[in-house]
Amino acid sequence: MTTATTSVSGPAANAAGENLRFYGVWLAGMVVLIVLPLVFSSGGSLTSFSLIGIAIVFALSYNILLGQTGLLSFGHAVHYGLGGFTACHVMNAIVSHGWPIPLPFIPLFGGLGGLGFAILVGWLMTKRAGTVFAMISLGIGELVASSSLILRSVFGGEAGITTDRTALPRMFGWTFGPQIQVYYLIAFWLVVSAIAMYALTRTPLGRISNAVRDNPERVQFIGYDPHVVRYLAYCFAGFFAGIAGGLAAISFEIANSAYLGAIQSGLVLFATFIGGTAYFFGPILGAILVTYLQLGLTSVTSVWQLYFGIIFIGIVMFSPGGIAGLVMMHRPLLRAGTLWTVIPSYLVAIVPTVALGCGVILVIETIARHSGGEANAINLFGIAFNPKSPATWIAAAVLVAGGSVIARLTWRRVGEAWDRAATVARDRGYLA
Amino acid sequence: MTAAIEVRAVEKRFGNVGIIRDLNLSIAQGERHAIIGPNGAGKSTTFNLISGHIKPTSGEVRLNGDVISGLQPFEINRRGLSRSFQVTNVFARMTVWENVRCAVLWATGHRYAFWKNVDSLPEVRERTARILEDIHLTHRRDVPAGLLTYAEQRELEIGITIAGGATVVMLDEPTAGMSHAETERAVSLIRRLTEGRTLVIVEHDMSVVFGLADRISVLVYGHIIASGTPEEIRRDPKVREAYLGEEAH
Ligand SMILES: Nc1ncnc2c1ncn2[C@@H]1O[C@H](COP(=O)(O)OP(=O)(O)OP(=O)(O)O)[C@@H](O)[C@H]1O
Ligand SMILES: [Mg+2]
Repeated sequence: MTTATTSVSGPAANAAGENLRFYGVWLAGMVVLIVLPLVFSSGGSLTSFSLIGIAIVFALSYNILLGQTGLLSFGHAVHYGLGGFTACHVMNAIVSHGWPIPLPFIPLFGGLGGLGFAILVGWLMTKRAGTVFAMISLGIGELVASSSLILRSVFGGEAGITTDRTALPRMFGWTFGPQIQVYYLIAFWLVVSAIAMYALTRTPLGRISNAVRDNPERVQFIGYDPHVVRYLAYCFAGFFAGIAGGLAAISFEIANSAYLGAIQSGLVLFATFIGGTAYFFGPILGAILVTYLQLGLTSVTSVWQLYFGIIFIGIVMFSPGGIAGLVMMHRPLLRAGTLWTVIPSYLVAIVPTVALGCGVILVIETIARHSGGEANAINLFGIAFNPKSPATWIAAAVLVAGGSVIARLTWRRVGEAWDRAATVARDRGYLA
Repeated sequence: MTAAIEVRAVEKRFGNVGIIRDLNLSIAQGERHAIIGPNGAGKSTTFNLISGHIKPTSGEVRLNGDVISGLQPFEINRRGLSRSFQVTNVFARMTVWENVRCAVLWATGHRYAFWKNVDSLPEVRERTARILEDIHLTHRRDVPAGLLTYAEQRELEIGITIAGGATVVMLDEPTAGMSHAETERAVSLIRRLTEGRTLVIVEHDMSVVFGLADRISVLVYGHIIASGTPEEIRRDPKVREAYLGEEAH
């Protein structure tokens, strides 16, 4: 009897603490969203934050497919793009008909646009999972992207469909001309969408989606049709991607074929995967990082896509769980109190790793400049390197060769320290 | 009373090879029926044919009098037939708790609901907790199923199978690979959990078979050569020759 009561009160007390932490995290996120533009108030950072917010909604919607249901789509931008076009058309219709619909409702129409197309094509697409689904998604993506250039009346051809967000009826006297107002509109929809998508994971459908991801065969023997589960998940993913597209249409006041093309589909896959698909917050981290890199790298290097590729390969090879997986790996050690035993080895390993990274950057930039016929200096952490000088080549070679050899050794030490810490954590019952 | 399961003249060919030949089987309501036979006889294939995992080349299968051959596995499951797998077939990345809960959801009527919080469905929670209690995995509830020991996975496999409250439960070698003590525990578990239901079990351990079954069918080369009470089977000369004879040596 006593064991029964303790086993009930134990998890219950735990659950209360977990609840508190859970709501704390969400509240903190909202506070950050509100305060962010007050701290960084330049026009440039407001635009960046807006783009990041849109990218987060988009990546979270993608993870309904990839992380939750195990569907690898190469054409998710179709729903994003169609959401954007729907939003533009609805905005223009509102203006021309004088309908009393203010701007903050527009992303909902974007969502309906994305959802509508998902309802239409999803049933056929989700008949099978795996490679078949991936290939069909690629085909649909190409189909829609090329149609968008042909059907000029709907997609506006190369130029796309433009709109004027300030011409819509006002709400709370906001014109949505200034970027800060657009930012808060995006932040609002980000919070609403993120809560809705999180809630979705906690529903019977959300749980069964995970089951379909893990073992579609077995799902059939507990009463579920995996095809229906995949279809519903696909529709939800299309809906939230459409919301993201609607937000983009509001932010840029245009929708064009680039919205629904393969590059956009690739970027969202990239962001979601880098962030980590196994945790809800993974795609959030990925979207922040990828958008930030995209904005930051394009201004400092002409070969920024190359760096994207290297990062992607690095994550796939060394941390298939993405950033979120890397972070969450440490949780049992933190709980068991053994995390501090690994930290010193990390600090040691970081030095040669950074050296290796710098070497790689030097190599890439030198080659890029040579093949591009440029001679401007390579600026690395404030140090200027002359791409024509042999000293730069030697430095690059030494950094790459030395860095990789020493990094190998030090990371092996990290592995050993990690094993010891994990063993202790396991003994203390914090690791299965 | 109509039989729980009625298999009539079922054939199954893979390419040119006839794996199941003229299979006839009748299992009464509430009966504990064991299917035995040498390796490769087609026992798992028979399970696959009845549960809808594969379709018969010809013949028909009835569940409580209704034809089910040709239906999808989930349709058959919804009509009250549930099965386990010889090779453990669980949701590896999900916790033990989630595994069992997923198996409870359809039966409790929550289907594809996306407007309900799965954590605040009392009947789902209670039923899941009770099943975990039954399969002795309460203390492992938060462990991903893929990290369980082999015996634990086998128990979870049984838990998932009975969680939906099916009236006909089919277990494919539930004790395979278990130690003697684990087998004993699993058998008493099966006996208890299938109380009042129809049980079809494939099993190689003869002490389990003869201890548990009301009736036994012997399958050899895709054909049932004998069907009867344990006493009848023990005495059947064809069975002794084809199957038990080998075992006795
Ligand atoms: N999908 C398939 N395609 C071709 N042959 C198959 C297929 N499934 C099963 N078989 C063959 O059918 C025969 C019966 O297999 P089954 O798995 O039903 O035997 P079993 O009686 O369950 O044996 P065991 O005791 O080893 O589990 C085997 O020879 C197997 O190779
Ligand atoms: Mg078998």
